[in-house]
Order: sequence, then C-alpha cells, then structure tokens
Amino acid sequence: MAKGIWIVIEQNKLEIRKVSLELLSQGRIIADQAGEPLVAVILGKGIGDLAAQAASYGADKVIIIDDDKLTDYTTGAYTSALNKLIRKEEPQAVLLGNTAVGKDLAPRLAQRLGVGMASDCTAMEYDTESFLTFKRPIYGGKAFAELVSNVRPIVATIRPNTFPLGAADASRQAEIVNETAEIDPADLRAIVKEIAIAASERPELIEANIIISGGRGMKGPENYYLLEECADVIGAAVGASRAAVDAGWIEQKFQVGQTGKTVSPTLYIACGISGAIQHLAGMGSSKVIVAINKDPEANIFNLADYGVVGDLFEIIPLLTEEFRKLS
Amino acid sequence: MNIVVCLKQTFDTEAKITLDSTGKIDTNGVNLVMNPYDEFAVEEALKLKEKFGGEVTLISMGGERVQESLRTALAMGCDQAVLVSDPAIDSPDEWVTAEILAKALSQIPYDILLAGRIAVDDGSSQVAIRLADELNIPSVSSILKLEIEGTKAMVTREIDGGTELIEVDLPVMLTAQKGLNVPRYPSMMGIMKAKKKEIKILTLSDLGLSEADIPKKMTIKKYSLPNPRKGGVKVQGEAGDACKELARLLREEAKVI
Repeated sequence: MAKGIWIVIEQNKLEIRKVSLELLSQGRIIADQAGEPLVAVILGKGIGDLAAQAASYGADKVIIIDDDKLTDYTTGAYTSALNKLIRKEEPQAVLLGNTAVGKDLAPRLAQRLGVGMASDCTAMEYDTESFLTFKRPIYGGKAFAELVSNVRPIVATIRPNTFPLGAADASRQAEIVNETAEIDPADLRAIVKEIAIAASERPELIEANIIISGGRGMKGPENYYLLEECADVIGAAVGASRAAVDAGWIEQKFQVGQTGKTVSPTLYIACGISGAIQHLAGMGSSKVIVAINKDPEANIFNLADYGVVGDLFEIIPLLTEEFRKLS
Repeated sequence: MNIVVCLKQTFDTEAKITLDSTGKIDTNGVNLVMNPYDEFAVEEALKLKEKFGGEVTLISMGGERVQESLRTALAMGCDQAVLVSDPAIDSPDEWVTAEILAKALSQIPYDILLAGRIAVDDGSSQVAIRLADELNIPSVSSILKLEIEGTKAMVTREIDGGTELIEVDLPVMLTAQKGLNVPRYPSMMGIMKAKKKEIKILTLSDLGLSEADIPKKMTIKKYSLPNPRKGGVKVQGEAGDACKELARLLREEAKVI
C-alpha cells in the first residue's frame, strides 16, 4: 500500500496560500513518477471548503483536521495533531512551504517524529533509491548542499516561488477524509492573544512574483511612494535593503537580505541598491534582476540581467508610466 | 532567573565560500564570528538578567575555535559557557545537534532559553526548535518583543505580513529576530572579566553518549557552488527611451511583466 506524499496546506483567511498550491503542483508530478498518492492535509477551523481547491491542483486525497484548537496556528497544537496522524498513516514524505508557519512547524514536527529535515529547499527530485533529493542554498546562496533523508518520513520545507503553479482543473475529484485532532494537553502551553496583519492590497513579500526594492539611493522615507506607485501598476510587493531599514525609512519587515527576508521572485527590481553580498543572500535566486542605480560601478550591475544607469527619481516614474502603458 | 543562550559560531557573512579537495566547504582561513542573530539572543538574555537577576549560561557545540565567540558573549556580560566539543561529532545534522544539546542541558537549570532564529551558515533554522521539543517545552520563533509576567511570557513574533502576540508558559525556547533589540558591544571591562569566566568543555562521553547513539538522519551528498550571475544588458539612451526599452525587454524578451 502506497503511503503517499503529503503536502501540509497553509491557509490564510480560508484561502489556500500560493506556496501550498505550488507544492501541490510539483507534488503531483512527483507522485506520478513515484506511483504514490498525493495527499493534501489541511488543518484549521471551518476549512472543509478548501478540499475542492486542493483537489483541483492535483491532490488524490484531502485530509481535513477541523478543530477549535486549530483555529489559529500554534506550534504545539499543530505539531501534536500532525505527529499523531503521520505516525498512523506513515507517509513517505511531508512537505511544507518555507513560510513563517512552515519554518516554525516543520522542525518541531521532525523532532517529534525523530526524523531529519531539509530546510528552505530550492529544488527537489525523485529517484527510486533516495525517494527525494533536495537542493538548498547555504551560506546565503554562496553554496548549495544536496541532501537526502536516511529515514522516513522525509520532511522538508520548500522556498516559495520555487515551483511553477500548475493549472487548476475543477473537474478533478479527491477522496476527502475527516480526521479528529488528537492534541496532547502538554502541547497547549501557548495561546495566540492577538494577530496584527497590516492591511495591504500588495502581495506578501516572500510569495510575490515581482518585487520592487529600494535602498540607500531612495534618500528618505518620503520617496517610497515612488516604489509603491510602480508596485501597484505591476502587482508587485515593495522591499528594501538593510541600509534603508537601518536608516529608519521603512519597516524591518520589508527588508530583503541576510538579516531580512529571502525571496525568489520572477522579477526583482533593485532601485538605489548597491548590491552588497548580504543583500544578494536574500534575492540572489530571483529569476530576472533589474538594477536602477546612478553609480555605473555598483556591484548590482554585475548580476543584474538588465540595468539602467541613472537617477532613480527620474527613472522610476518614467518606468511606472511605461508599465502602465503595457497593462 | 536562569537564562540559557544557544550560540553558534559561523563564517563571517563577507566570507568567500570555496570547496576543498574533498568537495566540502573549505573552512581554512575563514574569519569566524558569533552568528549575527545570536547577538540578539545574547542581548535579550542580558536585559532579562538586568531586570530579574540570575545567570546567563551559554551553550554551544563545535571545535576549539568556538571559544572565541563564547568569549565575546562572556565579554558582553554572560556568566559562563558550556561547549560540547568532540572530534567524534563530524558534521552533525540538526537532529544530532539537538539530541546532544538536550543532553547537555539536562545538567543546567533554565527558565528561558534563547537562540538566534537562523544561523547564517547552513540557514536551516531547526536546532533551537528541535531542542525545545526534545526538552518538552514550548517554543516561539522569530520574536520581536518579550515581556515576562510571572510564570508566563508575552511574546510578539513575526508572521508573514504582520505580527502575533503569544502568551506562553515558562520555561520556553525563544528564537530572536532582528528588531528584538540592539546588541551591545563588549566593554573593555567586560573583556577583562571574560578572561576569568569559565568555559566548560564537554565531550560526548561526559554526556553519556557515543556516536552509535546518534546516527545522522540526513546525508549531504554533495556541495556545489552557484554559477555566478553575469551582468546583462545595460539599457542605454536618455531616461525616457531607456525606460521604454526596459519595459519592452521585460515584456518581450524576459516575459516577466
């Protein structure tokens, strides 16, 4: 009996997050190679409706664990519920997105299961011997490690934007199984008192397809509206370099780099960013990089696919206008 | 209050990474520093000590040179350090590290454990959270603010798109995110005092462990270096034309807009 490849689905306000759909898309491909079922596991409260979407992205089976104690994500309750279920069902692999939840949950779950884990992977391949081989950036992307698990289940988190989103097929059906949450009282020692999500129409930084980022060259907080205007024309998220964050021009949560977020968008537009090694650690896996900088010698031009040497205060509004014409 | 900080020594973030003749990461001649995120953990521990009294104990694992980073943290004001150092521990995975540290911590009292949220070398972000599970205590990762209220901690943690406030029982493991505090520099006096502070070195056998007890769960098959990105096209012309051309290239050539 095949035990399956499990994708732990992350949902936000009863919508499946993009990274989870990417994992289902790639999971489908690997499940076919391995001859294993693809299983989506959804935890939360009032989440039954998400099963159809998981099925449309390729899940053969959807396990729903619907419980009051899982309404908000907590490390303990989610670890407890998943640990029990995984021990019972014995999947080959358990994959999560490398998000705030995935980064917190996967190591705890792996330890509880007594298994290894591959963090923040940017490639994953199936073979019959190791089942899955992962590739992950280390030293801020200055090297890569390829690794395999010696035990089962294999646990890994995958960086958002690593795998392309497959096409949803609403006619796909999945077996839907409701499981009860078995949560140890010892795993209920933390309570979420308050969640503060800043209202924003822009995509979440780590999942965004396009990011427009500003650095020291922005000269002050009052100029970030230039990036915001451009971002809204192309559906981008706004980011920043450490220099801009440390100067107090923009909040820390927008920082991309070694001491900020690691992102992997399709397009990264670096404005007034010199391209320090610590910044590259956070965005070096972007597919296409554009640099706008007045210094023709700036390091960022050594890795940008497209560069414009010039005054960003002149360039960004003009570029925004050109993007507007295209949209 | 007994506070323990898990500290890792890492490559300097400026370090150039090369592979040695066996295909592993070459550590020769590399400048080693305290993991930058661990500095936030040390600072928070010292602030707790200043407020509530007690002791700050550092715990680490690695080679002899880790003592340099431990001395830095001792000079910042930590009281003592424990270093698990044994040649038999050869490139451990995160499970192995957590098992060993859990064993070492069984001999140390703690109310709060602190660690950096990620180490900038392997970037796996696992050991602190695994350790909490092994010790059967709760953990809150990527914290931005900490208040102690009796036997509970009120912790603000970073989540995607915002923050959340968590009430958690002590003892607890907390991992520090940038923004938690501004780490202090060691003072001259601190550096002098640190020379007399104890760094206790433990081997596996001191912990009642042998290699056979802790077989790795993961195997690294290969290290590689990325193909360096090459600078591409610098779009020429006056600003208006350059922007028009850039937008065209992004649409028609790169197909990303």
